[in-house]
Amino acid sequence: MAGTNDGWEPKIVAFVCNWCTYIAADAAGVARGQYAPNVRLIRTMCSGRVDPQFVLAALEKGADGVLVCGCHPGDCHYKEGNYKTLRRYVLLKRLLSQLGVNGERVRLEWISASESEKFKRVVNETTEQIRKLGPVKGSGGG
Amino acid sequence: MADKPKVAFYWCASCGGCEESVVDLAEGVLDVVGAVDIVFWPVALDIKRSDVEAMPDKSITVSFINGAVRLSEQQEMAELLRRKSQFVIAYGSCSHMGGVPGLANLSDRAEIFRFVYHEAPSVANPDGAEPQQTLEVPEGELELPEFWDTVKRLDEVVEVDYYLPGCPPTPKLLANAVGALLSGKLPPKGAVLAGSKSLCSECKLNDTKPEKLLIKEFKRVPYTLVDPTKCLLTQGIVCLGPVTRSGCEALCINGNMGCTGCFGPLDGVTDFGGKAISFLASILDQTDEAAIERAIAEVADPAGTLNMYSLASSSLRRRRMKGG
Repeated sequence: MAGTNDGWEPKIVAFVCNWCTYIAADAAGVARGQYAPNVRLIRTMCSGRVDPQFVLAALEKGADGVLVCGCHPGDCHYKEGNYKTLRRYVLLKRLLSQLGVNGERVRLEWISASESEKFKRVVNETTEQIRKLGPVKGSGGG
Repeated sequence: MADKPKVAFYWCASCGGCEESVVDLAEGVLDVVGAVDIVFWPVALDIKRSDVEAMPDKSITVSFINGAVRLSEQQEMAELLRRKSQFVIAYGSCSHMGGVPGLANLSDRAEIFRFVYHEAPSVANPDGAEPQQTLEVPEGELELPEFWDTVKRLDEVVEVDYYLPGCPPTPKLLANAVGALLSGKLPPKGAVLAGSKSLCSECKLNDTKPEKLLIKEFKRVPYTLVDPTKCLLTQGIVCLGPVTRSGCEALCINGNMGCTGCFGPLDGVTDFGGKAISFLASILDQTDEAAIERAIAEVADPAGTLNMYSLASSSLRRRRMKGG
């Protein structure tokens, strides 16, 4: 891919839960931590609010990768929203693989409010992973 | 008879079932024929394309076009009928959402030709012939339609006024649509001429669906003894009724089959498959990752199951052939 994507930077949409990952991201910022600027955060009240339609729309509209972040299993503010997210994610990934979308482009992570270090690591890792994969090509096949 | 409204029917990439559904009006078709002039219907009437070209623009009151658009010729015919018609109705799942032919978007032209003309076990093609776009004959060069990589919906090639969903639409919906057009009582442009609630609202098994629907596993119909008196979802049978538009009066469920979603999504849904994933995953009562994987593996073909009719109208529309 190198050389063909000059000037290209991965664009990553991250859906983050209000009660955990958003706070972690905020804490990372307050502590003047640094992480890849490729990520665009969208705060939702729960990872369970992340309709698979949102992920598909992000990919359609040009996101090279999508991160969905929620509370650790058992810690959901709404008891079980994150389990729904996990189940949707498993089914969505199977659909995406049939549609030729590399599974590494969509990632689910549990990041609690106190895990700002993990947040930074996940964002940086994902950015590098997507950089290796290159940009999402148009529909291919015409 | 000059002042009777003129109606045209046309088919693009379709199976003929939509034409059949017109015939299924049975004696009702006589009322339709009494009220309108059918000026173009290739499957039933001998009227040529040149006859349509000779009609004044906007002289056809309504054209019902079924089938997906997969050949350049189909786009030309859709454009011709659009020009000649006051209203264009996308008739049936294929012209509404791409339909079953839209599943060809999991491949492209090269892949389809390779299998169909070379690799399919039933093919005998020693010369390796493939469809060509031009052909030399003694009279000159013939031009043939182009086969595209991607199957399109009707509204990707022409402006569509209304959608009549279904695989095929029911005769009742067709009669209602014709009635609405003739009486001038028209819904807002772009409306889907069927129910506005989900299929469950008209399903006879809806009363047996518990308030909180949870299942431990998905089951496949061929391996399951289905109780026809209980909501199929409670039995683990995949039924897309909760995310599918009503209007068919639950024909498939009355035949003990889960809804496959031919009426398409409810208003406000942008991706039928995404919505179906959302709902199916939420009724699965498993929290352990391995158990979730096992249960979801029973939905063996998510694209074919959840986007059976809607792949060409989904957000991604088709498989990424490279660079995904």
